Amino acid sequence: MSERFFPDSMPPPMADATTLPWWNAAAEHRLVVQRCASCGHTRHPPAPICPECRSADSDWKEVSGRGDVYSYTLVHRPIAADQTLPFVVAVIELEGSGGLRMISNVVGVNPEEVEIGMPVELVWEDMSEDLAVPRFRPVTD
Amino acid sequence: MSSSACSAQIVGVGESRYTRWGKIGDVTEHALACQAIQRAVADAGLEMDDVDGLASFAEDRNEAVFLAAELGLPALRFGNMVWMPGGGGGCAAVGNAAMAVETGQAEVVVVYRSLCQGQFFRFGQAGRDLSAPVDPAPPTVQQANSLMLASLGFAMPYGLLMAAAAYALPTRRHMHLYGTTSEQLGMLAVTFREHASRNPRAVMGGRPMTLEDHQASPMIADPHRLFDCCLESDGACAVVVTSAERARDLAKPPVEILASEQGAPKGYAFGPFSNANIPDELYATGGCEEMAGRLWGKAGLRPGDVDVAQIYDHFTGCVLMQLEDYGFCQRGEGGPFIESGALSWKDGSLPTNTHGGSLSEAYIHGLNHVVEGVRSLRGESTSPVDNAEVCLVTSGACVPSSAVLLGRR
Repeated sequence: MSERFFPDSMPPPMADATTLPWWNAAAEHRLVVQRCASCGHTRHPPAPICPECRSADSDWKEVSGRGDVYSYTLVHRPIAADQTLPFVVAVIELEGSGGLRMISNVVGVNPEEVEIGMPVELVWEDMSEDLAVPRFRPVTD
Repeated sequence: MSSSACSAQIVGVGESRYTRWGKIGDVTEHALACQAIQRAVADAGLEMDDVDGLASFAEDRNEAVFLAAELGLPALRFGNMVWMPGGGGGCAAVGNAAMAVETGQAEVVVVYRSLCQGQFFRFGQAGRDLSAPVDPAPPTVQQANSLMLASLGFAMPYGLLMAAAAYALPTRRHMHLYGTTSEQLGMLAVTFREHASRNPRAVMGGRPMTLEDHQASPMIADPHRLFDCCLESDGACAVVVTSAERARDLAKPPVEILASEQGAPKGYAFGPFSNANIPDELYATGGCEEMAGRLWGKAGLRPGDVDVAQIYDHFTGCVLMQLEDYGFCQRGEGGPFIESGALSWKDGSLPTNTHGGSLSEAYIHGLNHVVEGVRSLRGESTSPVDNAEVCLVTSGACVPSSAVLLGRR
Protein backbone atom coordinates (compact mmCIF):
# COMPACT_ATOMS: atom_id res chain seq x y z
CA MET A 1 0.00 0.00 0.00
CA SER A 2 1.14 3.49 -0.86
CA GLU A 3 1.79 6.58 1.20
CA ARG A 4 -1.50 8.07 2.41
CA PHE A 5 -2.57 11.69 1.99
CA PHE A 6 -6.33 11.60 2.62
CA PRO A 7 -8.50 9.68 5.12
CA ASP A 8 -10.51 6.58 4.17
CA SER A 9 -13.68 8.59 4.59
CA MET A 10 -13.03 10.73 1.51
CA PRO A 11 -15.93 10.40 -0.94
CA PRO A 12 -15.27 7.39 -3.19
CA PRO A 13 -15.48 7.76 -6.95
CA MET A 14 -18.78 6.88 -8.61
CA ALA A 15 -18.67 5.32 -12.05
CA ASP A 16 -20.90 3.78 -14.69
CA ALA A 17 -20.01 1.31 -17.42
CA THR A 18 -18.64 4.12 -19.60
CA THR A 19 -16.26 5.49 -16.97
CA LEU A 20 -15.44 2.33 -15.00
CA PRO A 21 -12.56 1.24 -17.32
CA TRP A 22 -10.71 4.42 -16.33
CA TRP A 23 -10.97 3.50 -12.64
CA ASN A 24 -10.03 -0.11 -13.39
CA ALA A 25 -6.84 1.15 -15.06
CA ALA A 26 -6.20 3.37 -12.03
CA ALA A 27 -6.49 0.35 -9.75
CA GLU A 28 -3.54 -1.06 -11.76
CA HIS A 29 -1.69 2.26 -11.34
CA ARG A 30 -2.11 3.18 -14.98
CA LEU A 31 -3.19 6.78 -15.66
CA VAL A 32 -5.02 6.68 -18.99
CA VAL A 33 -7.01 8.92 -21.29
CA GLN A 34 -9.63 7.74 -23.71
CA ARG A 35 -8.62 8.13 -27.35
CA CYS A 36 -10.87 8.01 -30.41
CA ALA A 37 -9.83 5.01 -32.53
CA SER A 38 -11.04 6.82 -35.63
CA CYS A 39 -9.60 10.37 -35.43
CA GLY A 40 -7.19 10.13 -32.46
CA HIS A 41 -8.90 12.90 -30.44
CA THR A 42 -8.49 12.32 -26.70
CA ARG A 43 -11.18 13.02 -24.13
CA HIS A 44 -11.67 13.09 -20.36
CA PRO A 45 -13.86 12.09 -18.60
CA PRO A 46 -14.57 9.02 -20.73
CA ALA A 47 -17.63 9.30 -22.96
CA PRO A 48 -19.49 6.98 -25.33
CA ILE A 49 -18.63 8.77 -28.59
CA CYS A 50 -15.95 11.14 -29.85
CA PRO A 51 -17.23 14.73 -29.62
CA GLU A 52 -15.18 15.64 -32.71
CA CYS A 53 -15.89 12.85 -35.22
CA ARG A 54 -18.71 11.00 -33.37
CA SER A 55 -17.06 7.63 -33.72
CA ALA A 56 -17.98 5.16 -30.98
CA ASP A 57 -14.65 3.31 -31.30
CA SER A 58 -12.04 4.16 -28.70
CA ASP A 59 -9.00 2.82 -26.89
CA TRP A 60 -7.02 3.85 -23.82
CA LYS A 61 -3.70 5.70 -23.95
CA GLU A 62 -1.45 5.68 -20.90
CA VAL A 63 0.11 9.03 -20.07
CA SER A 64 3.35 9.80 -18.26
CA GLY A 65 1.80 11.39 -15.21
CA ARG A 66 3.85 14.55 -15.67
CA GLY A 67 1.93 17.78 -15.88
CA ASP A 68 1.47 21.40 -14.86
CA VAL A 69 -0.95 23.07 -12.48
CA TYR A 70 -3.56 24.85 -14.65
CA SER A 71 -5.56 26.21 -11.71
CA TYR A 72 -6.04 25.35 -8.06
CA THR A 73 -7.82 26.19 -4.84
CA LEU A 74 -6.87 25.74 -1.20
CA VAL A 75 -9.92 24.24 0.48
CA HIS A 76 -10.20 25.24 4.14
CA ARG A 77 -13.35 23.27 4.98
CA PRO A 78 -13.22 19.51 5.60
CA ILE A 79 -14.89 17.11 3.18
CA ALA A 80 -14.04 14.11 5.35
CA ALA A 81 -13.49 13.61 9.06
CA ASP A 82 -9.89 13.87 10.29
CA GLN A 83 -8.73 15.68 7.19
CA THR A 84 -5.64 17.89 7.12
CA LEU A 85 -6.55 21.47 6.16
CA PRO A 86 -6.20 23.25 3.90
CA PHE A 87 -5.96 20.74 1.08
CA VAL A 88 -5.24 21.55 -2.54
CA VAL A 89 -7.71 20.77 -5.33
CA ALA A 90 -6.07 21.43 -8.68
CA VAL A 91 -6.66 21.16 -12.39
CA ILE A 92 -3.64 19.39 -13.87
CA GLU A 93 -2.66 19.74 -17.53
CA LEU A 94 -1.40 16.27 -18.51
CA GLU A 95 1.76 15.90 -20.60
CA GLY A 96 1.30 13.72 -23.69
CA SER A 97 -2.47 13.58 -23.36
CA GLY A 98 -3.41 15.66 -26.38
CA GLY A 99 -3.92 18.75 -24.23
CA LEU A 100 -6.20 17.19 -21.63
CA ARG A 101 -6.57 18.26 -18.04
CA MET A 102 -7.93 16.44 -15.02
CA ILE A 103 -9.15 17.44 -11.58
CA SER A 104 -6.91 16.08 -8.82
CA ASN A 105 -4.95 17.16 -5.74
CA VAL A 106 -1.47 18.48 -5.19
CA VAL A 107 0.01 16.68 -2.18
CA GLY A 108 3.38 16.55 -0.47
CA VAL A 109 3.71 20.33 -0.61
CA ASN A 110 3.05 23.35 1.57
CA PRO A 111 -0.32 24.40 0.10
CA GLU A 112 0.76 28.05 0.14
CA GLU A 113 3.53 27.21 -2.33
CA VAL A 114 1.26 25.83 -5.06
CA GLU A 115 1.05 28.08 -8.10
CA ILE A 116 -0.26 27.99 -11.64
CA GLY A 117 2.36 26.53 -13.97
CA MET A 118 4.01 24.45 -11.23
CA PRO A 119 5.38 21.20 -12.74
CA VAL A 120 3.93 18.15 -11.03
CA GLU A 121 4.15 14.38 -11.26
CA LEU A 122 1.76 11.55 -10.55
CA VAL A 123 1.64 9.84 -7.17
CA TRP A 124 -0.83 7.00 -6.59
CA GLU A 125 -2.72 6.84 -3.34
CA ASP A 126 -4.09 3.38 -2.58
CA MET A 127 -7.27 4.08 -0.65
CA SER A 128 -7.83 0.30 -0.42
CA GLU A 129 -6.73 -2.81 -2.29
CA ASP A 130 -9.34 -2.08 -4.95
CA LEU A 131 -9.19 1.70 -5.18
CA ALA A 132 -6.23 3.82 -6.26
CA VAL A 133 -6.67 7.57 -6.71
CA PRO A 134 -4.18 9.54 -8.82
CA ARG A 135 -2.81 12.62 -7.09
CA PHE A 136 0.13 14.88 -7.96
CA ARG A 137 3.16 16.31 -6.18
CA PRO A 138 5.77 18.84 -7.22
CA VAL A 139 8.39 17.36 -9.56
CA THR A 140 11.32 16.34 -7.39
CA ASP A 141 14.09 15.53 -9.89
CA MET B 1 -35.84 50.51 -27.28
CA SER B 2 -36.27 47.47 -29.49
CA SER B 3 -39.60 45.86 -30.20
CA SER B 4 -40.44 43.15 -27.71
CA ALA B 5 -39.19 39.72 -28.72
CA CYS B 6 -41.84 37.93 -26.66
CA SER B 7 -45.54 38.71 -26.57
CA ALA B 8 -45.75 37.19 -23.07
CA GLN B 9 -45.13 39.57 -20.18
CA ILE B 10 -44.42 39.46 -16.46
CA VAL B 11 -47.36 40.76 -14.46
CA GLY B 12 -46.77 39.72 -10.86
CA VAL B 13 -44.03 38.93 -8.37
CA GLY B 14 -44.04 37.74 -4.78
CA GLU B 15 -42.07 35.97 -2.13
CA SER B 16 -42.19 34.46 1.32
CA ARG B 17 -40.12 35.77 4.18
CA TYR B 18 -36.43 35.11 3.58
CA THR B 19 -34.28 33.82 6.43
CA ARG B 20 -30.90 32.36 7.15
CA TRP B 21 -30.90 28.56 6.66
CA GLY B 22 -32.92 26.76 9.30
CA LYS B 23 -34.57 29.94 10.61
CA ILE B 24 -37.83 29.84 8.65
CA GLY B 25 -39.43 27.86 11.47
CA ASP B 26 -41.98 25.11 11.32
CA VAL B 27 -43.06 25.62 7.73
CA THR B 28 -42.34 23.34 4.79
CA GLU B 29 -40.70 24.20 1.51
CA HIS B 30 -43.93 23.53 -0.40
CA ALA B 31 -45.94 25.67 2.00
CA LEU B 32 -43.51 28.50 1.23
CA ALA B 33 -43.91 27.83 -2.49
CA CYS B 34 -47.71 28.14 -2.14
CA GLN B 35 -47.32 31.37 -0.21
CA ALA B 36 -44.98 32.93 -2.78
CA ILE B 37 -47.25 31.86 -5.65
CA GLN B 38 -50.33 33.28 -3.90
CA ARG B 39 -48.58 36.59 -3.29
CA ALA B 40 -47.33 36.85 -6.88
CA VAL B 41 -50.81 36.10 -8.25
CA ALA B 42 -52.33 38.68 -5.91
CA ASP B 43 -49.65 41.22 -6.94
CA ALA B 44 -50.77 40.71 -10.55
CA GLY B 45 -54.41 41.26 -9.65
CA LEU B 46 -55.25 37.73 -10.83
CA GLU B 47 -57.14 34.94 -9.06
CA MET B 48 -55.63 31.56 -8.27
CA ASP B 49 -58.29 30.05 -10.56
CA ASP B 50 -56.65 31.90 -13.47
CA VAL B 51 -53.38 29.95 -13.11
CA ASP B 52 -53.01 27.00 -15.47
CA GLY B 53 -49.26 26.53 -15.62
CA LEU B 54 -46.34 26.08 -13.21
CA ALA B 55 -42.64 26.15 -14.07
CA SER B 56 -39.49 25.70 -12.03
CA PHE B 57 -35.87 24.60 -12.30
CA ALA B 58 -32.90 23.23 -10.34
CA GLU B 59 -34.36 19.85 -9.44
CA ASP B 60 -37.11 21.58 -7.48
CA ARG B 61 -38.37 19.21 -4.78
CA ASN B 62 -41.82 20.78 -4.94
CA GLU B 63 -43.36 19.14 -7.97
CA ALA B 64 -45.84 21.17 -9.99
CA VAL B 65 -48.44 18.39 -9.86
CA PHE B 66 -48.58 18.47 -6.06
CA LEU B 67 -48.53 22.26 -5.87
CA ALA B 68 -51.36 22.44 -8.40
CA ALA B 69 -53.44 20.23 -6.10
CA GLU B 70 -52.46 22.14 -2.96
CA LEU B 71 -53.30 25.45 -4.64
CA GLY B 72 -56.60 24.11 -5.99
CA LEU B 73 -55.80 24.99 -9.60
CA PRO B 74 -58.79 24.15 -11.84
CA ALA B 75 -56.42 22.38 -14.28
CA LEU B 76 -52.67 22.15 -14.72
CA ARG B 77 -52.09 22.55 -18.46
CA PHE B 78 -48.33 23.17 -18.31
CA GLY B 79 -45.85 21.76 -15.77
CA ASN B 80 -42.24 22.36 -16.65
CA MET B 81 -38.75 21.94 -15.23
CA VAL B 82 -35.63 23.38 -16.84
CA TRP B 83 -32.60 21.17 -17.42
CA MET B 84 -29.84 23.77 -16.97
CA PRO B 85 -28.33 22.69 -13.65
CA GLY B 86 -28.75 24.47 -10.33
CA GLY B 87 -29.16 28.19 -10.51
CA GLY B 88 -28.62 28.20 -14.27
CA GLY B 89 -32.30 27.64 -14.90
CA GLY B 90 -34.12 30.59 -13.30
CA CYS B 91 -34.37 32.84 -16.32
CA ALA B 92 -34.85 29.79 -18.53
CA ALA B 93 -37.95 28.89 -16.50
CA VAL B 94 -39.30 32.39 -17.22
CA GLY B 95 -38.49 31.84 -20.90
CA ASN B 96 -40.30 28.51 -20.86
CA ALA B 97 -43.33 30.09 -19.20
CA ALA B 98 -43.37 32.74 -21.93
CA MET B 99 -43.07 30.05 -24.60
CA ALA B 100 -46.03 28.19 -23.12
CA VAL B 101 -48.15 31.35 -23.14
CA GLU B 102 -47.10 32.33 -26.66
CA THR B 103 -47.85 28.88 -28.06
CA GLY B 104 -51.22 28.66 -26.36
CA GLN B 105 -50.25 25.81 -24.03
CA ALA B 106 -51.27 27.87 -21.00
CA GLU B 107 -52.62 31.32 -20.25
CA VAL B 108 -51.16 32.17 -16.86
CA VAL B 109 -47.92 30.43 -15.84
CA VAL B 110 -46.30 30.96 -12.45
CA VAL B 111 -42.55 30.42 -12.22
CA TYR B 112 -41.54 29.47 -8.68
CA ARG B 113 -38.58 28.38 -6.61
CA SER B 114 -38.66 27.29 -3.01
CA LEU B 115 -35.46 26.38 -1.24
CA CYS B 116 -34.96 25.57 2.43
CA GLN B 117 -31.34 24.70 3.01
CA GLY B 118 -32.14 24.29 6.69
CA GLN B 119 -34.56 21.42 5.99
CA PHE B 120 -32.67 19.33 3.46
CA PHE B 121 -28.96 19.98 3.21
CA ARG B 122 -26.75 23.03 3.16
CA PHE B 123 -25.10 23.41 -0.23
CA GLY B 124 -22.00 24.70 1.55
CA GLN B 125 -21.59 21.32 3.24
CA ALA B 126 -22.21 19.38 0.03
CA GLY B 127 -24.58 17.04 1.86
CA ARG B 128 -21.79 15.42 3.91
CA ASP B 129 -22.34 14.71 7.60
CA LEU B 130 -18.82 14.60 8.99
CA SER B 131 -20.04 13.45 12.40
CA ALA B 132 -21.56 10.25 10.96
CA PRO B 133 -19.64 7.05 11.70
CA VAL B 134 -17.12 6.19 9.00
CA ASP B 135 -18.05 3.16 6.90
CA PRO B 136 -15.63 0.45 8.07
CA ALA B 137 -15.66 -1.24 4.63
CA PRO B 138 -12.58 -0.48 2.48
CA PRO B 139 -13.36 2.30 -0.03
CA THR B 140 -14.21 1.14 -3.55
CA VAL B 141 -15.69 2.58 -6.71
CA GLN B 142 -19.44 3.02 -6.29
CA GLN B 143 -22.11 2.59 -8.93
CA ALA B 144 -23.17 5.93 -10.44
CA ASN B 145 -26.87 5.80 -11.17
CA SER B 146 -26.88 8.99 -13.21
CA LEU B 147 -24.74 10.69 -15.83
CA MET B 148 -24.25 13.58 -13.39
CA LEU B 149 -22.84 11.27 -10.72
CA ALA B 150 -20.56 9.49 -13.20
CA SER B 151 -19.25 12.93 -14.15
CA LEU B 152 -18.86 14.07 -10.55
CA GLY B 153 -16.96 10.83 -10.00
CA PHE B 154 -14.01 12.67 -11.49
CA ALA B 155 -14.27 15.42 -8.85
CA MET B 156 -15.53 13.82 -5.61
CA PRO B 157 -12.56 11.57 -4.76
CA TYR B 158 -10.38 14.68 -4.80
CA GLY B 159 -12.63 16.41 -2.29
CA LEU B 160 -14.15 18.76 -4.87
CA LEU B 161 -17.71 18.86 -3.57
CA MET B 162 -18.32 22.44 -2.48
CA ALA B 163 -19.41 24.97 -5.05
CA ALA B 164 -17.12 27.47 -3.32
CA ALA B 165 -14.15 25.28 -4.27
CA ALA B 166 -15.35 24.44 -7.78
CA TYR B 167 -15.80 28.06 -8.83
CA ALA B 168 -12.60 29.09 -7.12
CA LEU B 169 -10.79 27.27 -9.93
CA PRO B 170 -11.81 29.58 -12.81
CA THR B 171 -11.57 32.61 -10.52
CA ARG B 172 -8.02 31.71 -9.47
CA ARG B 173 -7.07 31.35 -13.15
CA HIS B 174 -8.68 34.72 -13.91
CA MET B 175 -6.49 36.26 -11.19
CA HIS B 176 -3.44 34.59 -12.74
CA LEU B 177 -4.22 35.75 -16.27
CA TYR B 178 -5.42 39.28 -15.58
CA GLY B 179 -4.19 40.31 -12.14
CA THR B 180 -7.66 40.34 -10.59
CA THR B 181 -7.46 40.83 -6.83
CA SER B 182 -9.35 39.71 -3.75
CA GLU B 183 -9.96 43.38 -2.93
CA GLN B 184 -11.78 43.84 -6.24
CA LEU B 185 -13.98 40.85 -5.42
CA GLY B 186 -14.51 42.36 -1.98
CA MET B 187 -15.66 45.69 -3.41
CA LEU B 188 -18.35 43.84 -5.31
CA ALA B 189 -19.58 42.11 -2.12
CA VAL B 190 -19.51 45.43 -0.22
CA THR B 191 -21.56 47.13 -2.96
CA PHE B 192 -24.26 44.46 -2.90
CA ARG B 193 -24.35 44.58 0.91
CA GLU B 194 -24.88 48.31 0.75
CA HIS B 195 -27.83 47.76 -1.61
CA ALA B 196 -29.27 45.22 0.84
CA SER B 197 -29.17 47.81 3.64
CA ARG B 198 -32.32 49.46 2.24
CA ASN B 199 -34.14 46.20 1.45
CA PRO B 200 -36.38 44.98 4.29
CA ARG B 201 -36.48 41.49 2.72
CA ALA B 202 -32.70 41.13 2.78
CA VAL B 203 -31.38 38.58 5.27
CA MET B 204 -28.20 40.66 5.67
CA GLY B 205 -30.00 44.01 5.55
CA GLY B 206 -28.94 44.97 9.07
CA ARG B 207 -25.34 43.80 8.71
CA PRO B 208 -23.16 46.47 7.10
CA MET B 209 -19.88 45.25 5.57
CA THR B 210 -16.65 47.08 4.84
CA LEU B 211 -13.80 45.99 2.61
CA GLU B 212 -11.82 45.34 5.80
CA ASP B 213 -14.61 43.02 7.00
CA HIS B 214 -14.42 41.18 3.70
CA GLN B 215 -10.66 40.80 3.87
CA ALA B 216 -10.89 39.58 7.47
CA SER B 217 -13.58 36.97 6.74
CA PRO B 218 -12.37 33.36 6.93
CA MET B 219 -11.01 31.65 3.86
CA ILE B 220 -13.36 28.96 2.55
CA ALA B 221 -11.75 27.92 -0.72
CA ASP B 222 -9.01 30.27 -1.83
CA PRO B 223 -9.58 32.86 -3.28
CA HIS B 224 -13.15 32.65 -1.93
CA ARG B 225 -13.48 34.09 1.55
CA LEU B 226 -16.74 33.68 3.47
CA PHE B 227 -18.01 37.03 2.17
CA ASP B 228 -17.31 36.01 -1.43
CA CYS B 229 -19.90 33.25 -1.02
CA CYS B 230 -23.66 33.57 -1.34
CA LEU B 231 -25.93 33.02 1.64
CA GLU B 232 -27.56 29.72 2.54
CA SER B 233 -31.21 30.60 2.92
CA ASP B 234 -34.78 29.45 3.47
CA GLY B 235 -37.47 31.06 1.33
CA ALA B 236 -39.50 31.03 -1.86
CA CYS B 237 -40.39 33.45 -4.61
CA ALA B 238 -42.56 33.47 -7.72
CA VAL B 239 -43.12 35.33 -10.98
CA VAL B 240 -46.37 35.41 -13.01
CA VAL B 241 -46.26 35.32 -16.82
CA THR B 242 -49.24 35.89 -19.11
CA SER B 243 -50.09 37.28 -22.52
CA ALA B 244 -49.67 40.96 -23.37
CA GLU B 245 -53.37 41.08 -24.13
CA ARG B 246 -54.32 39.86 -20.70
CA ALA B 247 -51.58 41.96 -19.06
CA ARG B 248 -53.23 45.19 -20.18
CA ASP B 249 -55.98 45.15 -17.57
CA LEU B 250 -54.09 43.87 -14.54
CA ALA B 251 -53.04 45.52 -11.29
CA LYS B 252 -49.45 46.49 -12.10
CA PRO B 253 -47.72 47.79 -15.22
CA PRO B 254 -46.50 44.76 -17.18
CA VAL B 255 -42.83 44.10 -17.74
CA GLU B 256 -41.83 42.91 -21.20
CA ILE B 257 -39.56 39.96 -21.88
CA LEU B 258 -37.33 41.44 -24.59
CA ALA B 259 -35.29 38.28 -25.01
CA SER B 260 -34.72 34.99 -23.25
CA GLU B 261 -31.88 32.54 -23.87
CA GLN B 262 -30.34 29.38 -22.42
CA GLY B 263 -26.79 28.40 -23.11
CA ALA B 264 -24.07 25.81 -22.72
CA PRO B 265 -20.97 26.23 -24.89
CA LYS B 266 -19.43 23.24 -26.69
CA GLY B 267 -17.77 20.80 -24.31
CA TYR B 268 -18.97 22.65 -21.21
CA ALA B 269 -20.98 19.84 -19.54
CA PHE B 270 -21.49 20.83 -15.87
CA GLY B 271 -18.74 23.46 -16.02
CA PRO B 272 -15.65 23.54 -13.78
CA PHE B 273 -17.42 21.56 -11.05
CA SER B 274 -16.67 18.30 -12.84
CA ASN B 275 -15.11 19.29 -16.14
CA ALA B 276 -11.40 20.14 -16.24
CA ASN B 277 -11.51 20.29 -20.04
CA ILE B 278 -13.51 23.39 -20.69
CA PRO B 279 -11.78 24.98 -23.71
CA ASP B 280 -8.90 27.20 -22.57
CA GLU B 281 -10.49 30.39 -23.91
CA LEU B 282 -13.62 29.67 -21.85
CA TYR B 283 -12.07 28.42 -18.62
CA ALA B 284 -11.61 31.74 -16.83
CA THR B 285 -15.05 32.99 -17.88
CA GLY B 286 -18.62 32.50 -16.74
CA GLY B 287 -19.27 30.46 -19.89
CA CYS B 288 -22.03 32.89 -20.91
CA GLU B 289 -20.42 34.84 -23.76
CA GLU B 290 -21.93 32.88 -26.64
CA MET B 291 -25.39 33.00 -25.06
CA ALA B 292 -25.00 36.71 -24.32
CA GLY B 293 -24.36 37.36 -28.01
CA ARG B 294 -27.60 35.60 -28.90
CA LEU B 295 -29.46 37.51 -26.19
CA TRP B 296 -28.30 40.94 -27.38
CA GLY B 297 -28.99 39.96 -30.99
CA LYS B 298 -32.51 38.79 -30.29
CA ALA B 299 -33.40 41.95 -28.37
CA GLY B 300 -31.58 44.29 -30.76
CA LEU B 301 -29.80 45.82 -27.77
CA ARG B 302 -26.22 46.37 -26.63
CA PRO B 303 -24.70 46.25 -23.15
CA GLY B 304 -24.75 50.05 -23.04
CA ASP B 305 -28.55 49.98 -23.29
CA VAL B 306 -28.91 48.28 -19.90
CA ASP B 307 -30.07 50.60 -17.11
CA VAL B 308 -29.93 48.10 -14.26
CA ALA B 309 -28.70 44.50 -13.93
CA GLN B 310 -29.49 41.60 -11.58
CA ILE B 311 -26.55 39.25 -12.03
CA TYR B 312 -26.43 35.75 -10.59
CA ASP B 313 -24.04 35.95 -7.65
CA HIS B 314 -23.29 32.57 -6.13
CA PHE B 315 -19.68 33.78 -5.80
CA THR B 316 -18.10 37.18 -6.38
CA GLY B 317 -15.69 35.91 -9.04
CA CYS B 318 -18.56 34.49 -11.08
CA VAL B 319 -20.17 37.95 -11.19
CA LEU B 320 -16.90 39.50 -12.30
CA MET B 321 -16.53 37.00 -15.14
CA GLN B 322 -20.15 37.52 -16.21
CA LEU B 323 -19.57 41.27 -16.48
CA GLU B 324 -16.98 40.39 -19.11
CA ASP B 325 -19.11 37.66 -20.74
CA TYR B 326 -22.03 40.04 -21.25
CA GLY B 327 -19.74 42.73 -22.66
CA PHE B 328 -20.00 45.39 -19.96
CA CYS B 329 -16.19 45.52 -20.01
CA GLN B 330 -13.39 43.84 -21.92
CA ARG B 331 -12.14 40.35 -21.00
CA GLY B 332 -9.81 40.67 -18.05
CA GLU B 333 -11.08 44.12 -17.05
CA GLY B 334 -13.80 42.99 -14.66
CA GLY B 335 -11.65 43.89 -11.65
CA PRO B 336 -10.99 47.53 -12.63
CA PHE B 337 -14.65 47.81 -13.76
CA ILE B 338 -15.81 46.87 -10.26
CA GLU B 339 -13.16 49.17 -8.74
CA SER B 340 -14.59 52.08 -10.73
CA GLY B 341 -17.81 51.84 -8.70
CA ALA B 342 -19.81 50.81 -11.78
CA LEU B 343 -22.09 48.45 -9.85
CA SER B 344 -23.29 50.96 -7.28
CA TRP B 345 -26.98 51.80 -7.16
CA LYS B 346 -26.43 55.49 -6.60
CA ASP B 347 -24.01 56.64 -9.25
CA GLY B 348 -22.66 53.57 -10.98
CA SER B 349 -22.84 53.11 -14.75
CA LEU B 350 -24.36 49.64 -14.25
CA PRO B 351 -26.33 49.47 -10.99
CA THR B 352 -26.28 45.77 -10.18
CA ASN B 353 -28.14 43.57 -7.70
CA THR B 354 -30.18 46.40 -6.26
CA HIS B 355 -31.81 43.92 -3.84
CA GLY B 356 -28.46 42.77 -2.46
CA GLY B 357 -28.32 39.61 -4.55
CA SER B 358 -27.65 36.10 -3.34
CA LEU B 359 -24.70 37.52 -1.42
CA SER B 360 -26.89 39.72 0.77
CA GLU B 361 -30.65 39.39 0.12
CA ALA B 362 -31.18 35.61 -0.01
CA TYR B 363 -30.15 32.57 -1.99
CA ILE B 364 -33.33 31.44 -3.73
CA HIS B 365 -31.37 30.03 -6.64
CA GLY B 366 -31.49 33.43 -8.31
CA LEU B 367 -35.22 33.59 -9.04
CA ASN B 368 -35.25 36.51 -6.59
CA HIS B 369 -33.11 38.32 -9.20
CA VAL B 370 -36.01 38.08 -11.67
CA VAL B 371 -38.35 39.40 -8.97
CA GLU B 372 -35.99 42.34 -8.36
CA GLY B 373 -35.62 42.90 -12.11
CA VAL B 374 -39.38 43.36 -12.35
CA ARG B 375 -39.44 45.67 -9.32
CA SER B 376 -36.56 47.74 -10.64
CA LEU B 377 -38.49 48.41 -13.87
CA ARG B 378 -41.71 49.15 -11.99
CA GLY B 379 -39.92 51.69 -9.82
CA GLU B 380 -40.54 49.52 -6.74
CA SER B 381 -36.94 48.68 -5.86
CA THR B 382 -35.60 49.83 -2.52
CA SER B 383 -32.48 50.93 -4.42
CA PRO B 384 -34.31 52.52 -7.36
CA VAL B 385 -32.67 53.48 -10.64
CA ASP B 386 -34.49 56.44 -12.15
CA ASN B 387 -36.37 55.83 -15.39
CA ALA B 388 -34.97 52.35 -15.85
CA GLU B 389 -36.25 50.83 -19.09
CA VAL B 390 -33.97 47.83 -19.65
CA CYS B 391 -32.87 45.28 -17.05
CA LEU B 392 -30.58 42.30 -17.63
CA VAL B 393 -31.23 39.32 -15.36
CA THR B 394 -28.86 36.36 -15.44
CA SER B 395 -29.13 32.87 -13.96
CA GLY B 396 -26.02 30.86 -13.24
CA ALA B 397 -22.47 31.24 -14.45
CA CYS B 398 -19.71 28.64 -14.62
CA VAL B 399 -22.62 26.26 -15.22
CA PRO B 400 -24.92 26.10 -18.24
CA SER B 401 -26.86 29.29 -17.78
CA SER B 402 -29.77 31.42 -18.88
CA ALA B 403 -30.69 35.08 -19.01
CA VAL B 404 -33.54 37.44 -19.83
CA LEU B 405 -33.63 41.03 -20.89
CA LEU B 406 -36.63 42.74 -19.32
CA GLY B 407 -38.07 46.03 -20.51
CA ARG B 408 -40.62 48.63 -19.76
CA ARG B 409 -41.69 51.39 -22.07
